[in-house]
Amino acid sequence: MSAMGRELKASYAFVERNFNLTKRYWGWEAAFLVYALAGALSITLIGKEQGDPRLILSLMIGAIFWNYLSVVFSFIAETIAWERWEGTLEYTMMAPVRRTSQLLGSTLYAILYGLVSTAVILAVLVAFFGLDLSHADFLTAAVFMAVGSLSFVGIGMMAAVLPLLYVERGAQMTFVLQSLLLLVSGVYYSVEILPDWMQVLARFSPATYILDGVRRGLIDGTPVTSLVGDIWPLLVMAVVFIPLGVRVFGLAERYAKRTGKLKRVG
Amino acid sequence: MSIILEPRRTELAPAVTPDAARRAECGPDDASPAVASGLPALRIDHVTKTFVVGRHKRPVVAVDDVTLRVERGGILGILGANGGGKSTLIRLISTLLTLDAGRIEIFGLDVERDEMAVKRLINRVSADAAFFKKLSPAENLVYAARLYGIAPSVARGEAVRILARLGIAETRLDRPLEQMSRGMQQKVAIARALLTSPTLLLLDEPTTGLDPRSKLDVQTFIEELRSTHDATIVLTTHDMDEADRLCDHLAILDRGRVVAEGTPAELKARVANELGMPPTLQSVFMTFTGRSLDDDVEEAEPDDD
Repeated sequence: MSAMGRELKASYAFVERNFNLTKRYWGWEAAFLVYALAGALSITLIGKEQGDPRLILSLMIGAIFWNYLSVVFSFIAETIAWERWEGTLEYTMMAPVRRTSQLLGSTLYAILYGLVSTAVILAVLVAFFGLDLSHADFLTAAVFMAVGSLSFVGIGMMAAVLPLLYVERGAQMTFVLQSLLLLVSGVYYSVEILPDWMQVLARFSPATYILDGVRRGLIDGTPVTSLVGDIWPLLVMAVVFIPLGVRVFGLAERYAKRTGKLKRVG
Repeated sequence: MSIILEPRRTELAPAVTPDAARRAECGPDDASPAVASGLPALRIDHVTKTFVVGRHKRPVVAVDDVTLRVERGGILGILGANGGGKSTLIRLISTLLTLDAGRIEIFGLDVERDEMAVKRLINRVSADAAFFKKLSPAENLVYAARLYGIAPSVARGEAVRILARLGIAETRLDRPLEQMSRGMQQKVAIARALLTSPTLLLLDEPTTGLDPRSKLDVQTFIEELRSTHDATIVLTTHDMDEADRLCDHLAILDRGRVVAEGTPAELKARVANELGMPPTLQSVFMTFTGRSLDDDVEEAEPDDD
Protein backbone atom coordinates (compact mmCIF):
# COMPACT_ATOMS: atom_id res chain seq x y z
CA MET A 1 0.00 0.00 0.00
CA SER A 2 1.41 3.39 -0.93
CA ALA A 3 1.97 6.03 1.70
CA MET A 4 -0.68 8.17 0.01
CA GLY A 5 -3.18 5.30 0.05
CA ARG A 6 -2.49 4.66 3.71
CA GLU A 7 -3.05 8.29 4.59
CA LEU A 8 -6.28 8.42 2.58
CA LYS A 9 -7.51 5.35 4.44
CA ALA A 10 -6.59 7.03 7.69
CA SER A 11 -8.55 10.10 6.59
CA TYR A 12 -11.51 7.86 5.92
CA ALA A 13 -11.24 6.59 9.51
CA PHE A 14 -12.20 10.07 10.71
CA VAL A 15 -15.08 10.32 8.23
CA GLU A 16 -16.44 6.94 9.32
CA ARG A 17 -15.94 7.67 13.01
CA ASN A 18 -17.75 11.00 12.77
CA PHE A 19 -20.57 9.38 10.81
CA ASN A 20 -20.91 6.73 13.53
CA LEU A 21 -20.94 9.42 16.19
CA THR A 22 -23.64 11.34 14.30
CA LYS A 23 -25.73 8.15 14.21
CA ARG A 24 -25.28 7.53 17.94
CA TYR A 25 -26.06 11.14 18.81
CA TRP A 26 -29.06 11.27 16.46
CA GLY A 27 -31.25 12.86 19.10
CA TRP A 28 -28.82 15.72 19.50
CA GLU A 29 -28.48 16.05 15.73
CA ALA A 30 -32.26 16.27 15.38
CA ALA A 31 -32.43 18.86 18.16
CA PHE A 32 -29.68 20.89 16.53
CA LEU A 33 -31.48 20.78 13.18
CA VAL A 34 -34.65 22.09 14.85
CA TYR A 35 -32.56 24.84 16.49
CA ALA A 36 -30.98 25.81 13.16
CA LEU A 37 -34.37 25.71 11.40
CA ALA A 38 -36.01 27.85 14.06
CA GLY A 39 -33.17 30.35 13.89
CA ALA A 40 -33.30 30.59 10.11
CA LEU A 41 -37.10 30.95 10.14
CA SER A 42 -37.02 33.66 12.83
CA ILE A 43 -34.51 35.74 10.91
CA THR A 44 -36.25 35.30 7.58
CA LEU A 45 -39.60 36.34 9.12
CA ILE A 46 -38.10 39.79 9.68
CA GLY A 47 -38.03 40.15 5.90
CA LYS A 48 -41.63 38.97 5.64
CA GLU A 49 -42.71 41.57 8.18
CA GLN A 50 -41.07 44.23 6.04
CA GLY A 51 -43.00 42.92 3.03
CA ASP A 52 -39.85 42.89 0.94
CA PRO A 53 -39.39 39.68 -1.11
CA ARG A 54 -35.75 40.51 -1.86
CA LEU A 55 -35.06 41.03 1.85
CA ILE A 56 -36.73 37.69 2.61
CA LEU A 57 -34.41 35.93 0.18
CA SER A 58 -31.37 37.83 1.36
CA LEU A 59 -32.03 37.00 5.02
CA MET A 60 -32.87 33.41 4.20
CA ILE A 61 -29.62 32.97 2.32
CA GLY A 62 -27.72 34.62 5.16
CA ALA A 63 -29.31 32.34 7.75
CA ILE A 64 -28.97 29.14 5.75
CA PHE A 65 -25.47 29.63 4.52
CA TRP A 66 -24.22 30.92 7.79
CA ASN A 67 -25.54 27.69 9.26
CA TYR A 68 -23.57 25.75 6.64
CA LEU A 69 -20.36 27.65 7.27
CA SER A 70 -20.85 27.38 11.04
CA VAL A 71 -21.27 23.63 10.78
CA VAL A 72 -18.13 23.23 8.67
CA PHE A 73 -16.15 25.57 10.84
CA SER A 74 -17.25 24.18 14.18
CA PHE A 75 -16.79 20.54 13.13
CA ILE A 76 -13.17 21.22 12.26
CA ALA A 77 -12.54 23.57 15.13
CA GLU A 78 -14.01 21.07 17.58
CA THR A 79 -11.95 18.17 16.24
CA ILE A 80 -9.65 18.50 19.21
CA ALA A 81 -12.23 19.60 21.79
CA TRP A 82 -14.36 16.56 21.03
CA GLU A 83 -11.47 14.14 21.44
CA ARG A 84 -10.32 15.84 24.59
CA TRP A 85 -13.79 15.52 26.05
CA GLU A 86 -13.98 11.82 25.16
CA GLY A 87 -10.43 11.26 26.40
CA THR A 88 -9.21 9.82 23.10
CA LEU A 89 -6.95 12.69 22.09
CA GLU A 90 -3.71 11.03 23.19
CA TYR A 91 -4.60 7.83 21.33
CA THR A 92 -5.29 9.70 18.12
CA MET A 93 -2.14 11.78 18.50
CA MET A 94 0.06 8.72 19.02
CA ALA A 95 -1.36 6.90 15.98
CA PRO A 96 0.90 6.88 12.91
CA VAL A 97 -1.27 9.32 10.99
CA ARG A 98 -0.22 12.66 9.57
CA ARG A 99 -2.10 15.61 10.96
CA THR A 100 -3.12 16.65 7.44
CA SER A 101 -4.87 13.29 7.03
CA GLN A 102 -6.69 13.76 10.32
CA LEU A 103 -7.79 17.27 9.44
CA LEU A 104 -8.71 16.25 5.88
CA GLY A 105 -10.96 13.48 7.19
CA SER A 106 -12.67 15.74 9.70
CA THR A 107 -13.11 18.39 7.01
CA LEU A 108 -14.62 16.05 4.43
CA TYR A 109 -17.18 14.84 6.91
CA ALA A 110 -17.94 18.38 8.03
CA ILE A 111 -18.65 19.46 4.45
CA LEU A 112 -20.88 16.44 3.78
CA TYR A 113 -22.76 16.97 7.02
CA GLY A 114 -23.09 20.70 6.34
CA LEU A 115 -24.47 20.12 2.83
CA VAL A 116 -27.14 17.70 4.07
CA SER A 117 -28.12 20.02 6.90
CA THR A 118 -28.26 23.03 4.56
CA ALA A 119 -30.34 21.19 1.97
CA VAL A 120 -32.92 20.28 4.61
CA ILE A 121 -33.16 23.83 5.94
CA LEU A 122 -33.31 25.32 2.45
CA ALA A 123 -36.13 22.97 1.45
CA VAL A 124 -38.14 23.78 4.59
CA LEU A 125 -37.71 27.54 4.21
CA VAL A 126 -38.56 27.56 0.52
CA ALA A 127 -41.74 25.62 1.32
CA PHE A 128 -42.58 27.77 4.36
CA PHE A 129 -42.30 31.07 2.52
CA GLY A 130 -43.50 29.76 -0.83
CA LEU A 131 -40.41 31.18 -2.50
CA ASP A 132 -39.90 31.06 -6.22
CA LEU A 133 -36.35 30.07 -7.04
CA SER A 134 -37.01 29.25 -10.68
CA HIS A 135 -34.66 32.05 -11.79
CA ALA A 136 -31.93 31.12 -9.35
CA ASP A 137 -28.58 29.91 -10.60
CA PHE A 138 -27.77 27.03 -8.26
CA LEU A 139 -24.46 26.37 -9.97
CA THR A 140 -23.22 29.79 -8.92
CA ALA A 141 -24.25 29.11 -5.32
CA ALA A 142 -22.62 25.68 -5.38
CA VAL A 143 -19.33 26.97 -6.78
CA PHE A 144 -19.08 29.75 -4.21
CA MET A 145 -19.90 27.32 -1.40
CA ALA A 146 -17.39 24.76 -2.60
CA VAL A 147 -14.52 27.19 -3.11
CA GLY A 148 -15.39 29.16 0.01
CA SER A 149 -15.49 26.02 2.14
CA LEU A 150 -11.80 25.50 1.40
CA SER A 151 -10.83 28.77 3.02
CA PHE A 152 -13.07 28.00 5.98
CA VAL A 153 -11.24 24.72 6.34
CA GLY A 154 -7.99 26.65 6.79
CA ILE A 155 -9.53 28.97 9.35
CA GLY A 156 -11.08 25.98 11.08
CA MET A 157 -7.67 24.32 11.38
CA MET A 158 -6.31 27.43 13.03
CA ALA A 159 -9.32 27.54 15.35
CA ALA A 160 -8.76 23.87 16.24
CA VAL A 161 -5.52 24.98 17.83
CA LEU A 162 -7.40 26.80 20.59
CA PRO A 163 -8.71 23.68 22.36
CA LEU A 164 -5.24 22.21 21.95
CA LEU A 165 -3.60 25.11 23.75
CA TYR A 166 -6.33 26.06 26.20
CA VAL A 167 -7.48 22.82 27.73
CA GLU A 168 -10.57 24.02 29.54
CA ARG A 169 -11.70 27.10 27.62
CA GLY A 170 -10.39 26.53 24.12
CA ALA A 171 -13.66 25.24 22.69
CA GLN A 172 -15.50 28.35 23.86
CA MET A 173 -12.82 30.55 22.33
CA THR A 174 -13.61 29.16 18.87
CA PHE A 175 -17.13 30.60 19.25
CA VAL A 176 -15.61 34.05 19.70
CA LEU A 177 -13.77 33.70 16.40
CA GLN A 178 -16.95 32.48 14.73
CA SER A 179 -18.99 35.41 16.05
CA LEU A 180 -16.38 37.88 14.79
CA LEU A 181 -16.69 36.37 11.31
CA LEU A 182 -20.47 36.70 11.63
CA LEU A 183 -20.12 40.36 12.57
CA VAL A 184 -17.94 41.50 9.68
CA SER A 185 -19.06 39.24 6.83
CA GLY A 186 -22.42 40.76 5.93
CA VAL A 187 -24.43 37.69 6.83
CA TYR A 188 -27.65 39.58 7.56
CA TYR A 189 -26.81 43.04 6.27
CA SER A 190 -24.66 44.65 3.65
CA VAL A 191 -21.02 45.17 4.60
CA GLU A 192 -21.38 48.73 3.27
CA ILE A 193 -23.19 49.73 6.48
CA LEU A 194 -20.18 48.73 8.59
CA PRO A 195 -17.65 51.33 9.78
CA ASP A 196 -14.72 51.69 7.39
CA TRP A 197 -12.32 49.74 9.58
CA MET A 198 -14.75 46.85 9.79
CA GLN A 199 -15.16 46.89 6.02
CA VAL A 200 -11.42 46.35 5.77
CA LEU A 201 -11.77 43.31 8.02
CA ALA A 202 -14.69 42.08 5.89
CA ARG A 203 -12.37 41.83 2.90
CA PHE A 204 -10.35 39.20 4.75
CA SER A 205 -13.36 37.05 5.62
CA PRO A 206 -14.18 34.33 3.09
CA ALA A 207 -17.80 34.45 4.27
CA THR A 208 -18.16 37.92 2.74
CA TYR A 209 -17.41 36.62 -0.75
CA ILE A 210 -19.34 33.38 -0.31
CA LEU A 211 -22.53 35.10 0.79
CA ASP A 212 -22.24 37.75 -1.89
CA GLY A 213 -21.76 35.13 -4.58
CA VAL A 214 -24.56 32.88 -3.31
CA ARG A 215 -26.97 35.82 -3.12
CA ARG A 216 -26.16 36.94 -6.62
CA GLY A 217 -26.64 33.41 -7.85
CA LEU A 218 -29.87 32.62 -6.05
CA ILE A 219 -31.56 36.04 -6.02
CA ASP A 220 -30.33 37.60 -9.26
CA GLY A 221 -29.66 34.40 -11.20
CA THR A 222 -26.18 35.62 -12.09
CA PRO A 223 -24.18 32.89 -13.83
CA VAL A 224 -20.91 31.91 -12.26
CA THR A 225 -19.05 32.91 -15.43
CA SER A 226 -19.93 36.53 -14.68
CA LEU A 227 -18.54 36.29 -11.16
CA VAL A 228 -15.09 34.88 -11.83
CA GLY A 229 -13.55 38.07 -10.48
CA ASP A 230 -15.29 37.39 -7.14
CA ILE A 231 -14.02 33.84 -6.91
CA TRP A 232 -10.32 34.54 -7.03
CA PRO A 233 -10.19 36.11 -3.54
CA LEU A 234 -11.66 32.85 -2.23
CA LEU A 235 -9.09 30.82 -4.12
CA VAL A 236 -6.28 32.99 -2.81
CA MET A 237 -7.60 32.64 0.74
CA ALA A 238 -7.81 28.85 0.35
CA VAL A 239 -4.27 28.69 -0.97
CA VAL A 240 -3.04 30.80 1.93
CA PHE A 241 -5.26 29.58 4.79
CA ILE A 242 -5.01 25.80 4.34
CA PRO A 243 -1.21 25.52 4.44
CA LEU A 244 -1.18 28.17 7.14
CA GLY A 245 -3.74 26.16 9.13
CA VAL A 246 -1.67 22.99 8.82
CA ARG A 247 1.48 24.87 9.83
CA VAL A 248 -0.16 26.58 12.80
CA PHE A 249 -1.65 23.28 13.94
CA GLY A 250 1.75 21.63 13.72
CA LEU A 251 3.35 24.35 15.81
CA ALA A 252 0.55 24.11 18.36
CA GLU A 253 0.91 20.35 18.57
CA ARG A 254 4.61 20.73 19.21
CA TYR A 255 3.88 23.29 21.94
CA ALA A 256 1.24 21.00 23.48
CA LYS A 257 3.74 18.16 23.55
CA ARG A 258 6.35 20.35 25.18
CA THR A 259 3.99 21.62 27.87
CA GLY A 260 1.98 18.45 28.43
CA LYS A 261 -1.34 19.79 27.18
CA LEU A 262 -2.34 16.69 25.26
CA LYS A 263 -3.05 15.00 28.53
CA ARG A 264 -6.70 14.63 29.31
CA VAL A 265 -8.02 17.02 31.91
CA GLY A 266 -11.45 16.57 33.44
CA MET B 1 -13.22 -16.23 33.83
CA SER B 2 -9.65 -17.29 33.63
CA ILE B 3 -7.75 -17.40 30.40
CA ILE B 4 -6.38 -20.61 28.96
CA LEU B 5 -2.74 -20.18 28.22
CA GLU B 6 -1.45 -21.59 24.99
CA PRO B 7 2.16 -22.57 24.68
CA ARG B 8 3.36 -21.21 21.36
CA ARG B 9 3.16 -17.90 19.53
CA THR B 10 0.43 -18.79 17.07
CA GLU B 11 -2.75 -17.01 18.07
CA LEU B 12 -1.82 -13.38 18.13
CA ALA B 13 -0.38 -11.60 15.16
CA PRO B 14 3.37 -11.10 15.32
CA ALA B 15 4.57 -7.66 16.24
CA VAL B 16 5.52 -5.09 13.65
CA THR B 17 9.29 -4.92 13.44
CA PRO B 18 11.41 -1.76 13.32
CA ASP B 19 12.52 -2.49 9.77
CA ALA B 20 8.94 -2.84 8.66
CA ALA B 21 7.97 0.33 10.48
CA ARG B 22 10.73 2.24 8.77
CA ARG B 23 9.73 0.81 5.39
CA ALA B 24 6.11 1.67 6.02
CA GLU B 25 7.20 5.21 6.77
CA CYS B 26 9.53 5.62 3.82
CA GLY B 27 8.43 3.32 1.07
CA PRO B 28 5.54 1.68 -0.68
CA ASP B 29 5.53 -1.64 1.20
CA ASP B 30 3.09 -2.76 3.81
CA ALA B 31 4.26 -2.90 7.39
CA SER B 32 4.91 -6.61 7.51
CA PRO B 33 7.00 -8.66 9.90
CA ALA B 34 10.69 -8.87 9.12
CA VAL B 35 13.81 -10.25 10.73
CA ALA B 36 14.60 -9.28 14.28
CA SER B 37 17.14 -6.63 14.99
CA GLY B 38 19.82 -6.91 17.66
CA LEU B 39 19.13 -3.49 19.10
CA PRO B 40 17.59 -3.04 22.54
CA ALA B 41 13.81 -2.77 22.36
CA LEU B 42 13.88 0.41 24.42
CA ARG B 43 16.78 2.63 25.33
CA ILE B 44 16.16 5.60 27.59
CA ASP B 45 19.26 7.67 27.93
CA HIS B 46 19.54 10.48 30.53
CA VAL B 47 16.01 11.69 29.89
CA THR B 48 14.66 14.73 31.70
CA LYS B 49 11.26 16.37 31.48
CA THR B 50 10.19 19.48 33.36
CA PHE B 51 6.76 21.11 33.53
CA VAL B 52 5.78 24.65 34.34
CA VAL B 53 2.93 24.25 36.83
CA GLY B 54 2.08 27.89 37.49
CA ARG B 55 3.24 31.38 36.69
CA HIS B 56 4.68 31.95 40.14
CA LYS B 57 5.72 28.42 40.96
CA ARG B 58 9.00 26.68 40.35
CA PRO B 59 8.99 24.21 37.47
CA VAL B 60 8.51 20.60 38.49
CA VAL B 61 10.99 18.02 37.27
CA ALA B 62 8.71 15.10 36.42
CA VAL B 63 11.42 12.87 34.97
CA ASP B 64 14.96 13.49 36.13
CA ASP B 65 17.94 12.06 34.26
CA VAL B 66 16.40 8.62 33.79
CA THR B 67 18.41 5.94 32.03
CA LEU B 68 16.90 2.52 31.34
CA ARG B 69 17.33 -0.26 28.83
CA VAL B 70 14.93 -3.07 27.94
CA GLU B 71 15.87 -5.99 25.75
CA ARG B 72 13.49 -7.47 23.22
CA GLY B 73 10.82 -9.68 24.75
CA GLY B 74 11.39 -8.39 28.26
CA ILE B 75 8.88 -6.93 30.67
CA LEU B 76 10.10 -3.85 32.49
CA GLY B 77 8.07 -2.86 35.52
CA ILE B 78 8.16 0.74 36.68
CA LEU B 79 7.08 1.21 40.27
CA GLY B 80 6.38 4.55 41.82
CA ALA B 81 3.89 6.53 43.86
CA ASN B 82 1.31 8.77 42.18
CA GLY B 83 3.10 11.75 40.71
CA GLY B 84 6.42 9.92 40.72
CA GLY B 85 6.94 10.33 36.97
CA LYS B 86 5.78 6.95 35.66
CA SER B 87 3.09 8.21 33.32
CA THR B 88 5.25 11.08 32.13
CA LEU B 89 7.93 8.57 31.18
CA ILE B 90 5.34 6.50 29.30
CA ARG B 91 4.13 9.63 27.49
CA LEU B 92 7.69 10.50 26.52
CA ILE B 93 8.13 7.02 25.03
CA SER B 94 4.71 7.35 23.33
CA THR B 95 5.75 10.55 21.49
CA LEU B 96 3.06 12.46 23.40
CA LEU B 97 5.62 14.68 25.09
CA THR B 98 8.85 16.17 23.85
CA LEU B 99 12.07 15.59 25.76
CA ASP B 100 13.84 18.45 27.51
CA ALA B 101 17.07 16.48 27.59
CA GLY B 102 18.30 13.00 26.75
CA ARG B 103 17.27 10.52 24.14
CA ILE B 104 14.78 7.67 23.77
CA GLU B 105 15.21 4.99 21.13
CA ILE B 106 12.92 2.14 20.23
CA PHE B 107 14.89 -0.49 18.32
CA GLY B 108 17.31 2.24 17.37
CA LEU B 109 14.61 4.64 16.18
CA ASP B 110 14.65 8.01 17.87
CA VAL B 111 11.22 8.95 19.26
CA GLU B 112 11.57 12.55 18.10
CA ARG B 113 13.50 12.22 14.85
CA ASP B 114 11.75 9.04 13.65
CA GLU B 115 8.40 9.81 15.22
CA MET B 116 6.13 8.21 12.62
CA ALA B 117 8.19 5.01 12.41
CA VAL B 118 8.19 4.79 16.21
CA LYS B 119 4.43 5.23 16.28
CA ARG B 120 4.06 2.14 14.11
CA LEU B 121 5.97 0.08 16.66
CA ILE B 122 4.21 1.09 19.84
CA ASN B 123 0.83 1.13 21.45
CA ARG B 124 -0.37 1.98 24.88
CA VAL B 125 -2.99 1.04 27.42
CA SER B 126 -3.60 3.56 30.17
CA ALA B 127 -5.52 3.31 33.43
CA ASP B 128 -8.34 5.27 31.85
CA ALA B 129 -9.92 3.26 29.03
CA ALA B 130 -10.39 6.21 26.70
CA PHE B 131 -12.94 5.56 23.98
CA PHE B 132 -15.82 7.17 22.19
CA LYS B 133 -18.20 5.75 24.74
CA LYS B 134 -21.33 6.12 22.63
CA LEU B 135 -19.76 3.97 19.95
CA SER B 136 -19.60 0.20 20.19
CA PRO B 137 -16.36 -1.66 20.83
CA ALA B 138 -16.42 -2.77 17.18
CA GLU B 139 -16.73 0.80 15.93
CA ASN B 140 -13.98 2.01 18.24
CA LEU B 141 -11.69 -0.84 17.28
CA VAL B 142 -12.27 -0.44 13.55
CA TYR B 143 -11.51 3.27 13.89
CA ALA B 144 -8.27 2.53 15.73
CA ALA B 145 -7.34 -0.20 13.25
CA ARG B 146 -7.86 2.08 10.26
CA LEU B 147 -5.46 4.60 11.78
CA TYR B 148 -2.81 1.87 11.72
CA GLY B 149 -3.68 0.76 8.19
CA ILE B 150 -5.44 -2.44 9.24
CA ALA B 151 -8.49 -3.53 7.25
CA PRO B 152 -11.75 -3.54 9.26
CA SER B 153 -12.45 -7.21 8.52
CA VAL B 154 -9.02 -8.19 9.84
CA ALA B 155 -9.46 -5.91 12.84
CA ARG B 156 -12.80 -7.39 13.73
CA GLY B 157 -11.51 -10.93 13.49
CA GLU B 158 -8.52 -10.14 15.68
CA ALA B 159 -10.68 -8.24 18.16
CA VAL B 160 -13.10 -11.13 18.48
CA ARG B 161 -10.20 -13.50 19.14
CA ILE B 162 -8.46 -11.30 21.68
CA LEU B 163 -11.63 -10.35 23.51
CA ALA B 164 -12.80 -13.95 23.64
CA ARG B 165 -9.60 -14.77 25.47
CA LEU B 166 -10.32 -11.95 27.86
CA GLY B 167 -13.81 -13.25 28.51
CA ILE B 168 -15.86 -10.91 26.30
CA ALA B 169 -18.22 -12.56 23.84
CA GLU B 170 -18.59 -11.37 20.25
CA THR B 171 -22.23 -10.48 20.95
CA ARG B 172 -21.03 -7.60 23.14
CA LEU B 173 -19.04 -6.01 20.33
CA ASP B 174 -21.89 -4.07 18.78
CA ARG B 175 -23.44 -2.45 21.85
CA PRO B 176 -22.31 1.00 23.05
CA LEU B 177 -19.19 0.89 25.16
CA GLU B 178 -20.84 3.00 27.82
CA GLN B 179 -22.96 -0.04 28.68
CA MET B 180 -19.88 -2.03 29.61
CA SER B 181 -18.30 -2.26 33.03
CA ARG B 182 -14.99 -0.54 33.72
CA GLY B 183 -13.21 -3.90 33.62
CA MET B 184 -14.72 -4.81 30.26
CA GLN B 185 -13.81 -1.42 28.83
CA GLN B 186 -10.23 -1.96 29.94
CA LYS B 187 -10.18 -5.31 28.17
CA VAL B 188 -11.38 -3.59 24.98
CA ALA B 189 -8.55 -1.08 25.48
CA ILE B 190 -6.10 -3.96 25.62
CA ALA B 191 -7.60 -5.41 22.44
CA ARG B 192 -7.22 -2.02 20.76
CA ALA B 193 -3.55 -1.91 21.62
CA LEU B 194 -2.90 -5.50 20.51
CA LEU B 195 -4.76 -5.12 17.21
CA THR B 196 -1.83 -3.14 15.90
CA SER B 197 0.66 -5.84 16.90
CA PRO B 198 2.95 -3.43 18.74
CA THR B 199 6.58 -4.37 19.13
CA LEU B 200 6.68 -2.28 22.27
CA LEU B 201 3.55 -2.33 24.41
CA LEU B 202 3.22 0.37 27.04
CA LEU B 203 0.90 -0.59 29.87
CA ASP B 204 0.33 2.40 32.12
CA GLU B 205 -1.37 1.05 35.24
CA PRO B 206 -3.63 -1.21 33.16
CA THR B 207 -5.21 -2.88 36.20
CA THR B 208 -5.76 0.19 38.36
CA GLY B 209 -9.37 0.39 39.49
CA LEU B 210 -10.33 -3.03 38.20
CA ASP B 211 -12.22 -5.57 40.25
CA PRO B 212 -10.15 -8.61 41.33
CA ARG B 213 -11.58 -10.85 38.63
CA SER B 214 -10.87 -8.41 35.80
CA LYS B 215 -7.46 -7.70 37.29
CA LEU B 216 -6.59 -11.37 37.25
CA ASP B 217 -7.84 -11.74 33.67
CA VAL B 218 -5.67 -8.85 32.52
CA GLN B 219 -2.62 -10.07 34.42
CA THR B 220 -3.01 -13.57 33.02
CA PHE B 221 -3.35 -12.13 29.55
CA ILE B 222 -0.14 -10.15 29.96
CA GLU B 223 1.60 -13.38 30.98
CA GLU B 224 0.17 -15.02 27.91
CA LEU B 225 1.41 -12.17 25.75
CA ARG B 226 4.91 -12.73 26.99
CA SER B 227 4.84 -16.34 25.88
CA THR B 228 2.87 -16.00 22.65
CA HIS B 229 3.54 -12.57 21.23
CA ASP B 230 6.80 -11.10 20.06
CA ALA B 231 6.42 -7.93 22.11
CA THR B 232 8.40 -6.08 24.70
CA ILE B 233 6.33 -4.64 27.53
CA VAL B 234 6.78 -1.66 29.80
CA LEU B 235 4.37 -1.88 32.71
CA THR B 236 3.77 0.81 35.30
CA THR B 237 1.94 -0.32 38.38
CA HIS B 238 1.18 0.32 42.03
CA ASP B 239 0.61 -3.33 42.64
CA MET B 240 3.68 -5.07 44.08
CA ASP B 241 2.27 -8.54 43.55
CA GLU B 242 1.55 -7.68 39.95
CA ALA B 243 5.08 -6.39 39.45
CA ASP B 244 6.54 -9.46 41.10
CA ARG B 245 4.44 -11.81 39.03
CA LEU B 246 4.80 -10.19 35.62
CA CYS B 247 8.07 -8.29 35.38
CA ASP B 248 11.55 -9.53 34.51
CA HIS B 249 13.13 -6.30 35.58
CA LEU B 250 12.00 -3.46 37.83
CA ALA B 251 12.85 0.21 38.09
CA ILE B 252 11.67 2.20 41.09
CA LEU B 253 10.92 5.81 40.26
CA ASP B 254 10.78 8.40 43.02
CA ARG B 255 10.27 12.09 42.27
CA GLY B 256 11.24 11.41 38.69
CA ARG B 257 14.50 9.61 39.45
CA VAL B 258 15.34 5.93 39.21
CA VAL B 259 16.32 5.05 42.77
CA ALA B 260 16.67 1.30 42.32
CA GLU B 261 16.79 -1.14 39.46
CA GLY B 262 17.12 -4.90 39.06
CA THR B 263 15.19 -8.13 38.82
CA PRO B 264 12.53 -8.61 41.50
CA ALA B 265 14.68 -11.34 43.05
CA GLU B 266 17.79 -9.13 43.09
CA LEU B 267 15.97 -6.22 44.69
CA LYS B 268 14.37 -8.38 47.35
CA ALA B 269 17.69 -10.07 48.09
CA ARG B 270 19.36 -6.67 48.49
CA VAL B 271 16.99 -5.45 51.18
CA ALA B 272 17.01 -8.81 52.91
CA ASN B 273 20.77 -9.33 52.89
CA GLU B 274 21.99 -5.78 53.36
CA LEU B 275 19.28 -4.38 55.62
CA GLY B 276 17.67 -7.40 57.19
CA MET B 277 14.26 -6.39 55.83
CA PRO B 278 11.59 -8.88 54.78
CA PRO B 279 12.25 -10.03 51.20
CA THR B 280 9.22 -8.34 49.67
CA LEU B 281 8.82 -5.65 47.03
CA GLN B 282 6.97 -3.58 49.61
CA SER B 283 10.16 -3.53 51.68
CA VAL B 284 12.17 -2.72 48.57
CA PHE B 285 9.95 0.22 47.77
CA MET B 286 9.96 1.53 51.36
CA THR B 287 13.72 1.18 51.54
CA PHE B 288 14.56 3.03 48.37
CA THR B 289 11.90 5.73 48.48
CA GLY B 290 11.32 6.16 52.19
CA ARG B 291 7.58 6.00 51.65
CA SER B 292 4.69 3.66 50.96
CA LEU B 293 3.31 3.17 47.46
CA ASP B 294 0.04 4.64 48.68
CA ASP B 295 1.68 8.00 49.38
CA ASP B 296 1.03 10.60 46.70
CA VAL B 297 3.58 13.03 45.43
CA GLU B 298 2.44 16.40 44.12
CA GLU B 299 1.73 15.73 40.47
CA ALA B 300 3.30 17.79 37.75
CA GLU B 301 0.18 19.13 36.06
CA PRO B 302 1.00 21.71 33.45
CA ASP B 303 -0.35 25.20 33.84
CA ASP B 304 -3.57 25.63 31.89
CA ASP B 305 -4.72 28.71 30.06
